[in-house]
Amino acid sequence: MMVAAISTLAVLVAIIALIPLAPGWPAVQKSFFNWEVFAKTFPGLLEAFVLDVMIFAWSAPLIAILALLVALARDARSPALYPLRMFAMVYTDVFRGVPVVLTVYLIGFGIPGLGLPRPWNSPYIWGSLALILTYSAYVAEIFRSGIESIHGSQRAAAASLGLRERDIMWSVVLPQAVRRVVPANMNMLIALQKDVALLSFIGPVEIFRQAGVFKSLYANFTPYVGAAVIFLLITIPATRFADYLMARQHAARS
Amino acid sequence: MDKLILKNIRKSFGSNEVIKGMSLSVREGEMICLIGASGSGKSTLLRTINLLEPIDDGEIFLDGVDIAEPGFDPQSVRRKIGIVFQNFNLFPHMTAVQNVMLAPKRVLGQSRAALMPKITALFEQFGLADRMQHYPDQLSGGQQQRVAIIRALAMAPEIMLFDEITSALDPELVAEVLDVLRSLRSQGMTMILATHEMSFARELSDRVCFLDQGVIVEEGPPEQIFTAPKQARTREFLNSVLRRN
Repeated sequence: MMVAAISTLAVLVAIIALIPLAPGWPAVQKSFFNWEVFAKTFPGLLEAFVLDVMIFAWSAPLIAILALLVALARDARSPALYPLRMFAMVYTDVFRGVPVVLTVYLIGFGIPGLGLPRPWNSPYIWGSLALILTYSAYVAEIFRSGIESIHGSQRAAAASLGLRERDIMWSVVLPQAVRRVVPANMNMLIALQKDVALLSFIGPVEIFRQAGVFKSLYANFTPYVGAAVIFLLITIPATRFADYLMARQHAARS
Repeated sequence: MDKLILKNIRKSFGSNEVIKGMSLSVREGEMICLIGASGSGKSTLLRTINLLEPIDDGEIFLDGVDIAEPGFDPQSVRRKIGIVFQNFNLFPHMTAVQNVMLAPKRVLGQSRAALMPKITALFEQFGLADRMQHYPDQLSGGQQQRVAIIRALAMAPEIMLFDEITSALDPELVAEVLDVLRSLRSQGMTMILATHEMSFARELSDRVCFLDQGVIVEEGPPEQIFTAPKQARTREFLNSVLRRN
């Protein structure tokens, strides 16, 4: 405890004392850590962040639903449903394999390019869809790992009571599986919250784009630092919470 | 007429044949104990009866109907044949009473209100009236196993299968579960038990079957099997387990 405190202090002092000694520090300080610009732009950034929160808020539930459907499709056992299983597999492979920003570009510019009438050419719709498709692929895999982690004896017990495949899945397997993967999904939510900023590339003036506008206006990079601070205010507590859930689950299992 | 007839059934897992042609008839109200070493095929035999394991060859007649035929609806069989497992297999995310109600609600379409009196009576009968709202991890092994038995009974089965249901229990909890079996026996339930409890098998069963390496080596009334087994293999097995007790 004592050792940790002393070494932390030493590192902090070194950083605070040494970095300002760098030759470029006065310039960096002026363009990245300008308090005046920070104070002026922060409220505007917060306002723009509301849009990030909204995109997040409508995307997250849709991701949960689509991911669950994909996970169930991949678990389908009947031979007649093989095409469905195949489709789900290709889907997860494709959307996990392409960088998010590329998907955002391709869907965000590509689909409105079809000449759709308003409001169907909105970048909000297609940008969100890009995020939903990408994240559903990851979350589906998480759900699937949860489903597979439920021991076969649970399915056998349910089947022995005369329950049908669908009831076994919905009443016995899924409730346990979903609970088991809550921590992993928390991490996906945190990542999603950050990736909403990628939509700025196709139009919506959310926090990242707003920071860019302020940057041009004040000829100063501080608004980006402000935006980072806002993200951290959300993601750090969320990350700690996810870690807490993970630790609690480990404790419960051992 | 016999309630259940197994005719020359076979079952393999990969290249390992675990049931090599077993036949058995069970009359209504009869209690049959399957004894034999681990790996002799007792559990698999029970699991084939309610179609949890499809058989490779042979016939299984329930009330005169061959239920092992491909395409036969397994749910209709499982409604009549309950099974209780060694490791309880309760659903951990449901309370005891929810565990019990799930199948009657989903499979038989009965309402919670209609079920409650009958299920409460079962919990009372087995000494668990004050445990209905507990989750499985809040119950002892013996209590969990009794809930598992109630869960199977709630479907009003005509035959009950018990797969070494006391093997995972601490010794002091075995008696409370065996008491449940005694009371079922006195109610005339048709039962097939795979068990290591030799004194219990001797005390209560109508017939004992000794299984070894995938075949029924010998079957007969408990007195005969335990005091005058005809087969050398049966004698060897009984000597080894009874000496241990």
